[in-house]
Amino acid sequence: MEFIDSHILTILILMPVAGAMFLALLDPGKHEAIRRTALVVALLTFVFSLHLVIHFVPHEAGFQFEENSPWVPAFGMNYHLGIDGISLWLVLLTTFLTSVSVLASWKGIEKRVKEFFIFILLLEAGMVGVFASLDLFLFYVFWEVMLVPMYFLIGIWGHGRRIYAAVKFIIYTAVGSAFMLVAILSLYFLNAHATGAPTFDFTTILDNIVNGRLVIEPRIQVWLFLAFFLSFAIKVPLFPLHTWLPDAHTEAPTAGSVLLAGVLLKMGTYGLLRFNIQLFPDATQTFTPLIVALAIIGIIYGALVAMVQPDLKRLVAYSSVSHLGFVVLGIFVFNIQGVEGAVYQMLNHGISTGALFLIVGMIYERRHTREISEFGGLATPMPVLATIFLIITLSSIGLPLLNGFVGEFLILVGTFGAAVARAKLYCTLAASGVILGAVYMLWMYQRVIFGEVTHDVNKTLPDLSAREKWVLVPMVVMALWMGIYPQFFLRKMDASVSKLLNAPRVMMVRK
Amino acid sequence: MNFLKYIWLIPLLPLVGCFFNGVFGKRFSKVTIDFFALGSTLLSFLCSVGAVWQLSRLQPEERVFNLNLFEWIPAGVALTAHGFANFSIQWGYRLDPLSAVMILVVTGVGFLIHVYSTGYMAHEHGPHLGGYYRFFSYLNLFMFSMLTLVLANNFALMFVGWEGVGLCSYLLIGFYFHKKSAGDAGKKAFIVNRIGDAGFMLGMFLIFQTFGSLDFGTVMARAAEAPIEVYGSVGVLTAIGILLFLGATGKSAQLPLYTWLPDAMEGPTPVSALIHAATMVTAGVYMVSRTSVIYTHAPTAMMVVAVVGGVTAIFAASIGLVQNDIKRVLAYSTVSQLGYMFLACGVGAYFVGIFHLMTHAFFKALLFLGAGSVIHALSGEQDLRRMGALKNKIPKTYVTMLAATLAISGIPPFAGFFSKDEILWQAFSSEYGRWWLWLIGVVAALMTAFYMFRLIFLTFYNESRVDPEVEHHIHESPSNMIVPLQILAVLSVIGGFVQIPKFLFGGFDGFERWLEPVFKHPATEAGAAAVEHASLGAEAGLALFSVVVALTGIYLAYRFYYRPSSAPDRAMASAKPVYTVLFNKYYMDKIYDALFVNRTKDLGNALWAFDRGVIDGGVNGSGWFTRFTANVSCWWDKWIVDGLVNVVGFTVKMLSYPLRILQTGFVQSYAFLMVLGIIAFIWLYVLR
Repeated sequence: MEFIDSHILTILILMPVAGAMFLALLDPGKHEAIRRTALVVALLTFVFSLHLVIHFVPHEAGFQFEENSPWVPAFGMNYHLGIDGISLWLVLLTTFLTSVSVLASWKGIEKRVKEFFIFILLLEAGMVGVFASLDLFLFYVFWEVMLVPMYFLIGIWGHGRRIYAAVKFIIYTAVGSAFMLVAILSLYFLNAHATGAPTFDFTTILDNIVNGRLVIEPRIQVWLFLAFFLSFAIKVPLFPLHTWLPDAHTEAPTAGSVLLAGVLLKMGTYGLLRFNIQLFPDATQTFTPLIVALAIIGIIYGALVAMVQPDLKRLVAYSSVSHLGFVVLGIFVFNIQGVEGAVYQMLNHGISTGALFLIVGMIYERRHTREISEFGGLATPMPVLATIFLIITLSSIGLPLLNGFVGEFLILVGTFGAAVARAKLYCTLAASGVILGAVYMLWMYQRVIFGEVTHDVNKTLPDLSAREKWVLVPMVVMALWMGIYPQFFLRKMDASVSKLLNAPRVMMVRK
Repeated sequence: MNFLKYIWLIPLLPLVGCFFNGVFGKRFSKVTIDFFALGSTLLSFLCSVGAVWQLSRLQPEERVFNLNLFEWIPAGVALTAHGFANFSIQWGYRLDPLSAVMILVVTGVGFLIHVYSTGYMAHEHGPHLGGYYRFFSYLNLFMFSMLTLVLANNFALMFVGWEGVGLCSYLLIGFYFHKKSAGDAGKKAFIVNRIGDAGFMLGMFLIFQTFGSLDFGTVMARAAEAPIEVYGSVGVLTAIGILLFLGATGKSAQLPLYTWLPDAMEGPTPVSALIHAATMVTAGVYMVSRTSVIYTHAPTAMMVVAVVGGVTAIFAASIGLVQNDIKRVLAYSTVSQLGYMFLACGVGAYFVGIFHLMTHAFFKALLFLGAGSVIHALSGEQDLRRMGALKNKIPKTYVTMLAATLAISGIPPFAGFFSKDEILWQAFSSEYGRWWLWLIGVVAALMTAFYMFRLIFLTFYNESRVDPEVEHHIHESPSNMIVPLQILAVLSVIGGFVQIPKFLFGGFDGFERWLEPVFKHPATEAGAAAVEHASLGAEAGLALFSVVVALTGIYLAYRFYYRPSSAPDRAMASAKPVYTVLFNKYYMDKIYDALFVNRTKDLGNALWAFDRGVIDGGVNGSGWFTRFTANVSCWWDKWIVDGLVNVVGFTVKMLSYPLRILQTGFVQSYAFLMVLGIIAFIWLYVLR
């Protein structure tokens, strides 16, 4: 037990890697054995990640479950892992959605089954690593590692224009991360120069900044901020850097879309929260108005473009642009409500949009089309799907007692009370995104589910299978739980968010 | 048993019913479904009666019962105008005289409508249709949401109910989801409501920023200490009042957000009765009354409420004059009557607004259920032009509907007379009243009496215009539909006696006194005193006048529609443009489509084109540019850089050609050359 306690994060990273290695040994022809093994590994990882929730100390603001050992001591690189009340939930989201994704890929994936699940598990390891890393270089390594499996998932198992989408995805992200690497190295040298102790350790560098041992000139902060920001903003994606997303989402296989939307996008917002606003408070202050404006444009723009999409998956993809705009807005209002709402909205988006991609995938597996006009009246042949689809739709548009509401509500409360100029105007504009959200989601739902069955092929579509129910019901349960009893989640992030905002240098931004 | 401690059961019970019918209803028999749906609602009603009875035994000023169940959303500390405040939203209920009236109306009328629905929706039950369980599951979910709305002790939880009833409205309007019009109407209701909800949310945020709390008790106490804002200015309280009222215009179908309610008639008729007449649409009135302290401190906001209410009352009534669908007439009537309620609130007579809310719940629910009974009798016919002479064929429906019609027209001693007359009197005499507000109310009352009796005459009198096919199927509804009608008819007759004006038998102000603890605060007392001074004679005179107005309306309807006459045609011909505008509902839907709906779609398409063309075009363009430069470098590399290398190589190759001749590959020639070389060396170094 003690070993688990002190190495849980390593276990969570290595378990999927070990699973992937084991899968590599299996006979590629035995699809069922491969799927089951992958599912067992994913579920086991999820179960182990519950250890984090159970043993997490809610009122402790610092990092918990820390592991720190030298990696490349000559350059001050450490294998430093740890989570706080923010990354806790993102790790949980990762392990949860990976399990769901594996189960959802049972039928849809028919070629190179073994490789598919290997990549999924490697992706999981990379994602957990990103959220758990407390060493900048380690973070960068995981950040890059995770790109590779996703590139192949889109490129090999994707749909029509998969190569275009995969290349677009990787080039876009690689451009951003190149800048981030430069910024990380600069930070390393600045810190080494100022303190004489070269290290990539995030907590140490942050400590040096907070205590004034490392003073970065605002002029330099701006460049470092922008380098990090570019990388994260592409990942979020923030308007106008979002165009890789509709392509990647649309062409990716279902599991890829779920993990892409559910987890990968959160790395961007997580990065902004963890690194940008903490490490570069002066630059943050400079750029806040611009970022808030981009976030609000993203909210409205994403919603309006989503509204007119003829393709289901593309509609959901653009809705992500809108939802992630809310998250960025919540982060950059710098109060507890806004930031907690933003973190909550990251989780919500993982559940709601993840479930939407799963549903679209299930419809696609039946009809091999995603055109909205090909559907209509699906409530008649598929009542169970219609019901679950409705609940998820409502969760996505933020109906109270479902998850989406809590996040949006807190972000809007935070924005309204933000100590920035024109906060109330921003809040009003963002609130119009809530209206538009109802417009595009309900319109889509109506065109797919309501009405008479207009295409004869749709009349005999089978309703959800038992496996598909096992995929979706957990998502619905989470949506309800997070909507009805949010304090279970919020309580654990309170201390960390307060600490993040009360760091003296960040407080200046609130003036 | 202490019912007060168990008020959480009141909303929970219908939720349990919803759960059982929703999850297992497909396999339930009709009786089982009825058991869960009706049983939970009846128990909820009984709990409400018990709780209200216990509340009434307390001293008037002690009649507030707060019950916090758990903390719903805790989210740290926030800096507000009221200092640092904990942002913590409780899941808590508040029973006071105001919510007491509401839960009795909601559970009482709700239960009757549930009973009625077991008859009206009976044909939906069956292995293939299966809509029956779904209907009752939604209806119970509605009860839960509505009771949460009225019992909540803070704005956020009220918003939960507020959005919840909107959802149920969406689901029930779209109950017959095969019909495109039903789906459209449901979606429209939800989206139009969302616009109002955004206003509610912003109002809520402003409340939190101003008072540092969302709890009703705290907010009202702090608001009561605030100075009264100057009439005509827009201070914080006025802004709050107007934003909240925006929410109310959505939910309660007032101008400019009323357009969804007439379309909502696509839903089954019991739904129209329960949600779109008796309960949900009155949520806005409840909300304005609940926040009366804020409004009382913001006279500008009150004037907005009064004017919007009054204008809506007359606007909707005028559309109702010429509609031919029996349910649409009633829908516009509902919009108009809700306008009356807001008019009352806007002139500071909140208790009258709630009074009219209650009597309206009785008679309008009855009218809708009666209309449902008529539609049921006529196998689904809703067009007034294809009805007539039903008086003797469905006599019980006729009698009950007539009682409701007399009530809504304001004929004494029916319930509507007392509430409507009180509104008109307050509009005239209250501190915030204006003579022109009273005049608007009177004109709307004239129209009300006219369109309601037009409906009665067209439905029940004259010769039959019913389709012969349908004619011989006409039958009175079963008793589970008629009994609720009769109970509501009784309530429509006696419901007004809880508040009788002074000039009639000395008067009785039980209702006003019951609600007094909720609405009484220092700011209202001055107004109340002003009313006292007004003369009894004036009040009686105005009441008499409004009865005469109602009778005039009835008489006009009689002249137009009772006897087959050419009067309506002549009137229509002489006022053709007016008639056309009214018949087309002032073209409001078309105007909204042209101004907002289509423009939003255009904007979406334009942005999408921008996204593909400009933004993604830029991305692909830079990709193309990168490839182009790569190709250029490739060419440069191949022909210039590599070319130079090749030129060098070629030169070397050319120059080295003679040497290649020596490379014969024969050992003998190498040996020969070697020997030659040795000889040459010997010659050079030894022999020289």
